[in-house]
Amino acid sequence: MNQTTANSTTATIASDAFSLDPVDREAILEERAHYPYPQAASIEALKIVQKRHGYVPDGAIPAIAETLGIRIADVEGVATFYSLIFRQPVGRHVILICDSSSCFLTDYEELRDAFIAHLGIQMGQTTADGRFTLLPVCCLGACDRGPTILIGEDLHGPVTPDEIPRLLEAYS
Amino acid sequence: MSRILQSASERRAETHPLTWRLHDDQSPVLLDEYRGTQGYDAVTKALEQHTYESLTEEVKTANLRGRGGAGFSAGFKWSLTMKGEDVPRGYIVCNADEMEPGTFKDRLLMEQQPHLLIEGMILAGFANRSKQGYIFLRGEYHRAAASIQRALADARADGWLGSDVRGSGWDFDIALHTGAGRYICGEETALINSLEGKRANPRAKPPFPGQSGAWGLPTVVNNVETLCNVPGIVNHGADWFQALSGDLSSDGGTKLYGVSGKVKTPGLWELPMGTTGNRILELAGGMRDGLTLKSWLPGGGSTGFLLPEHLDLALDFDTIGKTGSRMGTGLLTVVADNQSMVSLTRNLEEFFARESCGWCTPCRDGLPWSVKLLRALEAGEGEPGDIELLEQMARDLGPGKTFCAHAPGAAMPLASAIHYFRDEFERGITRPKGEAHADPIPVGSV
Repeated sequence: MNQTTANSTTATIASDAFSLDPVDREAILEERAHYPYPQAASIEALKIVQKRHGYVPDGAIPAIAETLGIRIADVEGVATFYSLIFRQPVGRHVILICDSSSCFLTDYEELRDAFIAHLGIQMGQTTADGRFTLLPVCCLGACDRGPTILIGEDLHGPVTPDEIPRLLEAYS
Repeated sequence: MSRILQSASERRAETHPLTWRLHDDQSPVLLDEYRGTQGYDAVTKALEQHTYESLTEEVKTANLRGRGGAGFSAGFKWSLTMKGEDVPRGYIVCNADEMEPGTFKDRLLMEQQPHLLIEGMILAGFANRSKQGYIFLRGEYHRAAASIQRALADARADGWLGSDVRGSGWDFDIALHTGAGRYICGEETALINSLEGKRANPRAKPPFPGQSGAWGLPTVVNNVETLCNVPGIVNHGADWFQALSGDLSSDGGTKLYGVSGKVKTPGLWELPMGTTGNRILELAGGMRDGLTLKSWLPGGGSTGFLLPEHLDLALDFDTIGKTGSRMGTGLLTVVADNQSMVSLTRNLEEFFARESCGWCTPCRDGLPWSVKLLRALEAGEGEPGDIELLEQMARDLGPGKTFCAHAPGAAMPLASAIHYFRDEFERGITRPKGEAHADPIPVGSV
């Protein structure tokens, strides 16, 4: 009986706005096979959904839970813990600005302020055209090239404020 | 991508076991080349000549100390792993969650020489009777992920991974697990929770991972650089490893040292363990023109600040430990004379406050409080007692007071910055007591 209740709840929430893409569902099940227990695939599942949608819509949480056969709360607990899982829409390109000590010492604050001025948004915000989101990130592990940023999968560094306009041209 | 600043002609197999194969153009060393340069010879040797006990003993004798920053003997850790015919086989997990501020060494090894890590993990898996390995890689290391994925596929196709490894009858495989942010994942028990798909809160110890780790099975967690040292030890022996550092250090082997900050040529070098800070700073070309060195962190944001006079000490775990700091990851962060120590400490504590997992109160509440006090001092709005309060917090966030090592790591730069540069903090105190923090702190309705 419990199972029936759980399933109908899941179905109601999921049908509101979200259905898992069949390709993503397959990818999630494939990830699941890498671990002895299904919960271990939850982070990867969130990343699979995020790759398609840019973020993790609310409806994806019960859909992932159902696919993996785990509790909704466990998926949401993970989704809200990890900083690179986005629970609200972000821009087409997320700019992660390293704010850790080596980049601090190579003037990242100046660079951050230049990004804020150039894009007209604060850290944590997205430009009105949906092109860029600015976020801070832990030490990117490229301290010999500070200050460093990551745009999508591209690492840049050292970056100076006057390079920003040209750098961003590559990201439409 | 990270760069090793010694050219290929300077690096030799006998003296640079971690980097001698690396290309000057930073392209990865692929399977054929790796195999052609003694690659996987150590696995062959282990399968033919070693038992899991004798392999553990070899690494223990070599005194390979954990390169993730804690410096715990890898062989000793392995000897504590529960294993035997009647014990279920568990996991070897590579901690590749490199996020320690100022640290960029594991990236180099994974991007450019993934087979060395895989070989080290196979050997660690053999020594610990593990059935499966996981590389826990931080999500932002996209290039390293691609490099490792290809290397895992190539190694599997060549029989080094999977069932019946190279016809030995022994089964072992490795999977890549990529993370999704959060520094705390580098704490070994938080890493295990994250691997299990949970929030990365640390676990109580005991039981230690060697008894009950991932999914309740014996689990060994080792850093990338630590594992990359194992093939050399198996190929050439514990004595060779000890001799690599000569008279410089009682710890064996080489170390990937590096420098970041305002030096002329920041980068990485593989040098004998126990090389001095002076030598490393010299290789980095010294400070940029017009700057002089005021302070330095020996190995990441969770190590204590030191002074220029400490640069002639051997950079190894015991020597730096005696100063009250830690060697940590061995990658120096240098601070120039025109840098405010209050601002830098504020930046570090902001990092630790944000990255606290929130599990235990001193860390969750204490770190943001320290940031508030530091911001006031930085703005010249501190009040008498603020420095003493910060010192008390550094003590109360120290070892043994919190659930894991996150807060003690945060306390170390805080305490040492005040210790060595107290005058800079005192200059931030301009207000009479009571004025700066006059706003009532909301405590909730009654």
